[in-house]
Amino acid sequence: MVETKVKNTLFINGNEVEFSNERNLLEVIQKTGIEIPTFCYRPDLTLYGACRMCVVEVEGRGVQASCTMPPESGLKVKTNTERIRRVRKVSLELLLSNHDRECTTCERSGDCELQILSNKYDVKDLRFEKLEEMAEVDDSNPSLIRDSNKCILCGACIRACTEVQGKSVLSFSNRGSKTVCAPAYGSKLEDVDCVYCGQCAAVCPTGALAIKSDVDKVFEAINNDNKTVIVQIAPAVRVALGEQFNIPSGENVIGIMAAALRRAGIDKVFDTSFSADVTIMEEGTELIGRLKSNEKLPLFTSCCPAWVRHAEQNHKNFLNNLSSAKSPQQMFGALAKDVLCKEYNVEPKDLVVVSIMPCTAKKAEAVRPEFSENGVQEVDIVLTTQEVFKLIQSAGVNISKLAPEEMDQPFGEYSGAGVIFGASGGVAEAALRTAYEVVTGKTLENVNFEDARGLNTLKEFSVDLDGKKIKLAIINTLAEADRVIDKINKGEAHYDVIEVMACPGGCIGGAGQPVSCKDRLIKGNRKDGLYKADAKMKLQKSHENPSVKTLYEKHLGEPNGEKAHHLLHTEYEERDIWNVED
Amino acid sequence: MMNKIAVDMIKEQEKSKEYIKQMGTRVLVCAGTGCVANGSLDVVKKFEELGANVAMKEEKVTTIKTGCHGFCENGVLVMIPEKNVTYVKVKVEDVKDIVEKHLKNGEIVERLLYRDPQNGKIQQGNSDISFYAQQTRTSLDNCGHLNPEDIRESIANSTYLALDKALKELSPEDVCNIITESGLKGRGGGGFPTGRKWTFVRIAEGDKKYVICNGDEGDPGAFMDRSLMEGDPHRVIEGMALAAYAVGADEGYIYVRAEYPLAIERLRKAIADAEEYGLLGSQILGTKFNFKLHIKEGAGAFVCGEETALIASIEGERGMPRPKPPFPANKGLFDKPTLINNVETFANVPGIMLNGAEWFQSLGTEGSAGTKTFALTGEVNNTGLIEVPMGTPLRKIIFDIGGGVRNNKKFKAVQIGGPSGGCLTEEHLDLPLDYASLLKAGAMVGSGGLVVLNEDTCIVEVARFFMNFTQNESCGKCVPCREGTKNMLRILEKIVEGKAELSDLDILEELALAVKDGSLCGLGKTAPNPVLSTLKYFKDEYLAHIEGKRCPAGVCDAFKKIVIAEDLCKGCSKCARTCPVEAIEGKVKQPYKIEQNKCVKCGACLSSCPFNAIKEV
Repeated sequence: MVETKVKNTLFINGNEVEFSNERNLLEVIQKTGIEIPTFCYRPDLTLYGACRMCVVEVEGRGVQASCTMPPESGLKVKTNTERIRRVRKVSLELLLSNHDRECTTCERSGDCELQILSNKYDVKDLRFEKLEEMAEVDDSNPSLIRDSNKCILCGACIRACTEVQGKSVLSFSNRGSKTVCAPAYGSKLEDVDCVYCGQCAAVCPTGALAIKSDVDKVFEAINNDNKTVIVQIAPAVRVALGEQFNIPSGENVIGIMAAALRRAGIDKVFDTSFSADVTIMEEGTELIGRLKSNEKLPLFTSCCPAWVRHAEQNHKNFLNNLSSAKSPQQMFGALAKDVLCKEYNVEPKDLVVVSIMPCTAKKAEAVRPEFSENGVQEVDIVLTTQEVFKLIQSAGVNISKLAPEEMDQPFGEYSGAGVIFGASGGVAEAALRTAYEVVTGKTLENVNFEDARGLNTLKEFSVDLDGKKIKLAIINTLAEADRVIDKINKGEAHYDVIEVMACPGGCIGGAGQPVSCKDRLIKGNRKDGLYKADAKMKLQKSHENPSVKTLYEKHLGEPNGEKAHHLLHTEYEERDIWNVED
Repeated sequence: MMNKIAVDMIKEQEKSKEYIKQMGTRVLVCAGTGCVANGSLDVVKKFEELGANVAMKEEKVTTIKTGCHGFCENGVLVMIPEKNVTYVKVKVEDVKDIVEKHLKNGEIVERLLYRDPQNGKIQQGNSDISFYAQQTRTSLDNCGHLNPEDIRESIANSTYLALDKALKELSPEDVCNIITESGLKGRGGGGFPTGRKWTFVRIAEGDKKYVICNGDEGDPGAFMDRSLMEGDPHRVIEGMALAAYAVGADEGYIYVRAEYPLAIERLRKAIADAEEYGLLGSQILGTKFNFKLHIKEGAGAFVCGEETALIASIEGERGMPRPKPPFPANKGLFDKPTLINNVETFANVPGIMLNGAEWFQSLGTEGSAGTKTFALTGEVNNTGLIEVPMGTPLRKIIFDIGGGVRNNKKFKAVQIGGPSGGCLTEEHLDLPLDYASLLKAGAMVGSGGLVVLNEDTCIVEVARFFMNFTQNESCGKCVPCREGTKNMLRILEKIVEGKAELSDLDILEELALAVKDGSLCGLGKTAPNPVLSTLKYFKDEYLAHIEGKRCPAGVCDAFKKIVIAEDLCKGCSKCARTCPVEAIEGKVKQPYKIEQNKCVKCGACLSSCPFNAIKEV
């Protein structure tokens, strides 16, 4: 049937509104400047339609959920009628009645969507009694807290775990009002195949899945005169922290951060981009070696702890293919406890290395037993971007009064290659910048490998290294990693280098970053911010970083040499995905 | 095995009629679930045992296990249509009489005939028995009249003729148009025009399409679909095959709850037989039409009767509804265009195709064509399965077909449409039962449960019962249904426990409206109906519980009080010794007393008293 082409418009509260490629009525309404409340709607996940907060009245069709309704010409939509307000307000009241309302002590207090909406809708009088019993809180792991007393069953975590990571650690159990969202058989996250990526917490509207806070540990260290407290700041943090201070996403606030952290009592402020450069030296050398011997290819990157854990659980046949190089966080820790301890003349146990990461899995990585020497962990405390915001705030630092400051040296000098580690494709691009020059002996004029960039979950391209063509796959999200590895296992695909980051878009989309699940543009802005920072730098290749050169000359010797291997490389172990005894 | 592939159903029908003829006298014993529970299988066995002897002497007698006859109140039912005789409440020991007197000597066994409870007059056969005589059976036409496990009996009764005709003479579009013209609407509760639904699926783009039969009948007290599947499975299969042809599907599922083992067994047999006859499978009736049919057993979740939850369940997912759009017609089972209709809807299709759209329209009212089956239960004399034209007034159903309220009690209300429906009162007795009228009265046709309530029924308790049902069956996905029904139930519990306040009624109503408007699927959207309709028609009864602290029907335990009449009590202490909670105290030879705060109203003392001194007030 051919329909005559008419202008696509519909009416919202009587106003005619044009629409084109909006995916649902909700997006059209929001475009007009009207906020529609939602819990379960997450633009990057599949539609679920369960919270019913986004209901609107559509003439002739009654009350409809705007998230699941496609826009149609001529629809007459009302967004705030008596019926709509009743559904929303009663739903909020019902949810609150059944909710653990210890709001003040909740991790999400202040940015809990249930709290905010209940306040907006003036839900004051709770007329219903709590009918369900309190459930046990799971805080068994270093990264995440799961508290089903705060769960509103919006299913966002389940969709994130399944659709983004392909893990399905969480799912619904039981029925009706007894429904809970939990790992199989109510197990603890620690005992199942959770990789601590935290994408569940990143989409949770309440504190049902929250990041475990380690802020107090930092203050304890700061206030202990025997301790020297240093921080390393991961690349992706600098383009996201600003959001919490109402600075536009993507803006690089690294200088302000350095200033604020010093005011908060941190002794030295360093940059993980430095150890990212070191990672390139180690991993790049390893890659060149493997390409020469044509062994253990494809080489998988190993910077992302969620991916490493996933590989240990699910892709055991490729564990030898993972780069043995530690992640930049752990390299920094290992170097700090060796080089800086000597320089500062302090015992490793008295040098407190604090990582500021966009990532929840880094907390779990830091406590892995192999990342310790004589009982002292390489990295002592890991804070996420969200936590460092709290740290700065609770230290009473007012950033509006601060001027940007420089990083401390020597571990504060970094190349642009180290900075782009924070975006999907950045590690591969940084490695190529170095590998190209090492292999060909020529200068790489254009350092930009555009094919590696962008938010697509899979990017594939080839690079010519002096006649040798190498094929790369850049992957973000574990669901995509599973699809690609499945193809490799079936012999349907072949690569030399595969970069895997678990979070959407890479570390910029890490679960430790400020909550961004409702805005589809934020990840792109952060990514652009990193590449902008790289473009501004004179130093864009890891192997040209003077501090890195000095490090090898004075302390490490050759990349992949004996000392470097001891400090900067690791091994992987096969892991069960199910630790629950029968 | 001989090749049985059918290519011409008219010839097949002739053959099958011959087959039926050689059976001689047919003794039809109801083997629907109800009668089976009453021992009908033993009755069949007895007939077979004794019937063989008869055959030697006289003409041949064949005993046949049929599907539900419908008059469940009077099971086990034995019908001998040859002489228009229906025997009721037949026991194994009665079989000898029927064989000796009726089958051997042609004498009717009067004591086993049905007597009109009003005037005591004998009603000999189905054409006389008022329960049957006032019905119009079209989709239940064959139900009870044939052996559902023998495809030849169905073929003899015109089954698959319509399919033959459609495949050879009509285009899929023609079939859709005939269904549209007939005015058939979905019989599962929603009442969506069937022809339109078929057309949506027919024009939907897709390399693969499915047809699903929704046999997940779950309303308390409803058994229409079960009876159809058990009693005439081939009619349902033919309806599905016609639908598949009309929409361009080549694969189908019948979704039946596992609690219907007999229906599943008979459907399995029917599918296997139809495949053997080439009426299912590839190149059906020698045409290019292919249709593969499967049975999917459901685990019995009520919500799986909701079409998107049902689809999820077939896919192996959790049985939870999905938002619509996309509608199943465009993106259904395994994301393919899918037609999903209820059992009774499919059962209506062969009749329409055979007799024409006009015939079907002539049966009902404007806007509600055809007939509707109902499961008539509760406080009515003739409980059972009935079929009447759409628009039949309630009065006719309850008093003429149903024989009035049991034990000459006063009619109070009828609960129609199960947990999604509402209560209708005396003022609605002349309301025509059709989609529009019922909706206007705050009820719905639903799948067809009719529960008659008498003056001894507490209407608040009825609302609580249904709310308890929906609350238990809520899948837990959307907030209003999951949390709202729970709290509505809590308020209703408070009312029947005598703990509610007047303000609770306002909260109850507010919740009901929010749940109705806000819920994701039909279960939640209709869950408040029993509350809203009873609040509308029986508000005084709610108020009596809340303000008067009494239950007008005398049902709710909280308002009951058991007392010992001082003047009658001889102080024998028997009641005190009987009481399980030691609520009765006193001294021997002096009047005893019940401590009301301890009494659990179990009533044990009532029957223990030799002097009738204990009374419930």
